[in-house]
Amino acid sequence: MAEQTENPLRDAIAEAIRDNEVILFMKGTPEMPACGFSARTVAALQSTGAPFAAVDILPDPRIRQELSALSNWPTIPQLFVKGELVGGSDIVTEMYESGELHEALGVEAPEAAPAPAAADPAAPPLGIENNLR
Amino acid sequence: MPTTDEIKQRIESAIPDATADVEDWTGGGDHFRATVVSPAFDGLSRIQQHKLVMDVFAGEIGGPIHALSVKTQTP
Repeated sequence: MAEQTENPLRDAIAEAIRDNEVILFMKGTPEMPACGFSARTVAALQSTGAPFAAVDILPDPRIRQELSALSNWPTIPQLFVKGELVGGSDIVTEMYESGELHEALGVEAPEAAPAPAAADPAAPPLGIENNLR
Repeated sequence: MPTTDEIKQRIESAIPDATADVEDWTGGGDHFRATVVSPAFDGLSRIQQHKLVMDVFAGEIGGPIHALSVKTQTP
């Protein structure tokens, strides 16, 4: 791949997307988002409880440039799941509200579906039989 | 600086049978919110639908249009 030597930054971004199942490119950090759109997206992601990697694009303007060239998506934030661009803050928020985000991240949606039978409150707690007599 | 009408017209002429509803989100003339309804979105993923709209303003988002918030629907 000739590109590999010509554009190490783009390769590093592509690698990060490949190596992290859920990765968010944002302005600022999850602890301290530097833009309302990034903040909204982080909040939606965090409330699913799914782990995610986050990259702050602000320290170097080339990160954003290369990311957008790679993803063909003009704005930040950008969420990737399993190597695919899912969307920016509008799409992530919409998916969060509909429960699709949980599904995409492989976590259970809150109240969207009733808890499966395993959580039946009438079921006895895990039975530990005492055989030590 | 683009106006909400201009953005509406550009979306409607670029996407087949689209109707767009565009608001100036912050009143500052650079953050817009567009709700676009078009049969062209049928069968596309959300990201593909949004891309159709974003592509109308390729190169302007992040520039004169600081942010364009998009919601897409099929009729």
